[in-house]
Amino acid sequence: MGLDIRWPIGLMFTLIGVLLVGYGAVQGASATVQVAGSSLNVDLCWGLVLLVFGAAMLLGASLGGKQPPSA
Amino acid sequence: MQPIALHLIDYTILIAYVGFVLGIGWALSRYMKSSSDFLTSARSIPTWVTGLAFISANLGALELVGMAASGAKYGIATAHFYWVGAIPAMIFLAVFMMPFYYGSKARSVPEYLKMRFDERVRALNSLAFAVMTIFASGISINALAKLLTNLLPWQLNLSLGFLHLGSYDCYLWICSGVVLLYVLKGGLTSAIYTEVLQFFMIVLGFAPVVYLGMKDVGGWHAMNQTLQGVAMNPSSDYLQAPGIHYSPDAWSSAWRPLLQGSAHNPMGVDLFAMVFGLGFVLSFGYWCTNFLVVQRAMAAKNMTAARNTPLVAALPKMLFPFLVIVPGMIAAALMAMPEKNYRIPPPIVSAARYDAAVADVRKADPAQIPDACKAISADLGLNVDQARIGLLIQANAQARLADDDIRKGLYDGIAVNDYDSVILSLVRKYCPPGLLGLALTALLASFMSGMAGNVTAFNTVFTYDLYQAYMAKNKSDHHYFWVSKIATVGGILLSIAAAYFASMFYNAMDIIQLVFGFVNAPLFATFLLGMFWRRTTGTGAFYGLFGGIGASALFHAMTTVRDNLGPNHEALNKMKGGYLGVHAVFPSEMAQNFWLATFAFLVCLTLTLVISLATERTKSDEELKGLVYSLTPREVDPNQPVWQRPAVMGLALLAGCVILNWIFW
Repeated sequence: MGLDIRWPIGLMFTLIGVLLVGYGAVQGASATVQVAGSSLNVDLCWGLVLLVFGAAMLLGASLGGKQPPSA
Repeated sequence: MQPIALHLIDYTILIAYVGFVLGIGWALSRYMKSSSDFLTSARSIPTWVTGLAFISANLGALELVGMAASGAKYGIATAHFYWVGAIPAMIFLAVFMMPFYYGSKARSVPEYLKMRFDERVRALNSLAFAVMTIFASGISINALAKLLTNLLPWQLNLSLGFLHLGSYDCYLWICSGVVLLYVLKGGLTSAIYTEVLQFFMIVLGFAPVVYLGMKDVGGWHAMNQTLQGVAMNPSSDYLQAPGIHYSPDAWSSAWRPLLQGSAHNPMGVDLFAMVFGLGFVLSFGYWCTNFLVVQRAMAAKNMTAARNTPLVAALPKMLFPFLVIVPGMIAAALMAMPEKNYRIPPPIVSAARYDAAVADVRKADPAQIPDACKAISADLGLNVDQARIGLLIQANAQARLADDDIRKGLYDGIAVNDYDSVILSLVRKYCPPGLLGLALTALLASFMSGMAGNVTAFNTVFTYDLYQAYMAKNKSDHHYFWVSKIATVGGILLSIAAAYFASMFYNAMDIIQLVFGFVNAPLFATFLLGMFWRRTTGTGAFYGLFGGIGASALFHAMTTVRDNLGPNHEALNKMKGGYLGVHAVFPSEMAQNFWLATFAFLVCLTLTLVISLATERTKSDEELKGLVYSLTPREVDPNQPVWQRPAVMGLALLAGCVILNWIFW
């Protein structure tokens, strides 16, 4: 099929990553959870992870042709 | 359940996902030109995509909600669904069975059965399969509509003349509509692509929830220590009736409680039922013969890619218990830690019932706790924990409590868990706005794709194996292309009907297992004999299969489970079997299902063997070439390095599986 699935995956997670990082940075307190005595701005942290994942997918798609080395 | 307060960011993520899914359908629609593009993706999709779709296709309501529920109910032993069940079956499919599916050029599993046996076997299998996909699809979309009804703050009310639609109905129809749109636009490719999107959504959406939960219970070791206390007294978590006790490792060890026999583990199964019933019969029956998953591999671009599809899928699948089962174990551990202020939610009880119970708590006499508990239990319609309700009554007698405090006390004192809401309760507990949107989108994605996967399998089987085979032969491809689109709409409508049906039952997981037991368990015997014994005849296969399905139904009609037994040894709830009298009682529905599958498999195997020997062969060795193992030349791709051959990769995966079993022994 003519559509490389890595484009939509990459775009979507980059978008969600940006949203989460932005929300985490602006909303500091309400994006933070307290677990086991320590507090963690999970939106910011996880947003960064999603951003990296999305960017990697976009990079893979733009380099084109070759599939990820899963098989 | 209180609605979750969703913020703008959560809605944005949810809508972005739906937008991307619809966008994929639209982008693919221009490639949909023939029935083969629409129904089989014209066999053109790369391996890593079919591999991820292969596991995602079954990652619907069953897996996410059901596995977390079982993780809480049964502990790490639930991982047997993966490490004993799915993985070995997927390897078997890749190494031994895929060459026949892909090599025979069959477009569906029923079509293979027609080539190997005859029309009767195909008709029986395609009809049973069609019914099953509709139910699975209905259960997924029912779970989604229920989830949204309980979650979103809006009370929808739509009146169309004589028709009144509440929130549940509206969400059911809207979500089904979205699925219909993208499947209708992009066909199987659309379903496969969104399944891959969904795979990443689920992994990336739930990983932080598992991480935060694990951190909260103090890590793996601390969780297992808490679960040891739970195992010794499971009634404290309302996991079992009072008076049942297990050895300390019943929740945290996968094999030891099993080896001690069915009375010593919460699943109520022994080694044979687990290894043969689940591991061999149910799992091989599901993963090797279910067209829903096999269809993903058959869409691969060549034989090597098709055989590698289940192997690529097996690697992440092996690690899935950490994502889907561990949350249930975390929930069971949290519940045993009073300072965490958590319980697995009880079934939803209406506000009016709570109000009646609050009134009864107020007028209760602290000296007459048992009578008061009976009244409160009747108010709520559920069993209550006498000790906890007693404390509540005493506290209220000493100093009048506020209504909300009493409600909270009642909520904690309901001695019944609604296991299906484990996963959602953890999402609520740990996710701030943003992450909440991501996790809810992952749930939504899994439910929608559970529907899409089943509908795409249904429309193929309907078009090729029912319509083309029996209703209208030799029409143009254009004709079948349109029929497949109509079948898609019909499949969605039937799923909605099935969803209404499913909304009447509370444990979706056990019902699905039951259906799989009826249909899939005997089927694997047919394939095993058909693929590996050339003497198997069509008549033998047909009556064997028929007998197997009948045997399942009969077995279910004559047995039931322990907690379904009335005072006169009768079955209380007929859905749990026993409608022709109770002749055997199992400790749990899981055990009943495993034994049912084993029985159906053996009946089908024996009948097929005996009838085949008694009937004439109708297909010559020449006709069975490419369909039966001993008559098909082995294909070895000379360009493929040794380590990439399916058998070698399969062995490596199997070794990984053994190691996991050993670690969690």
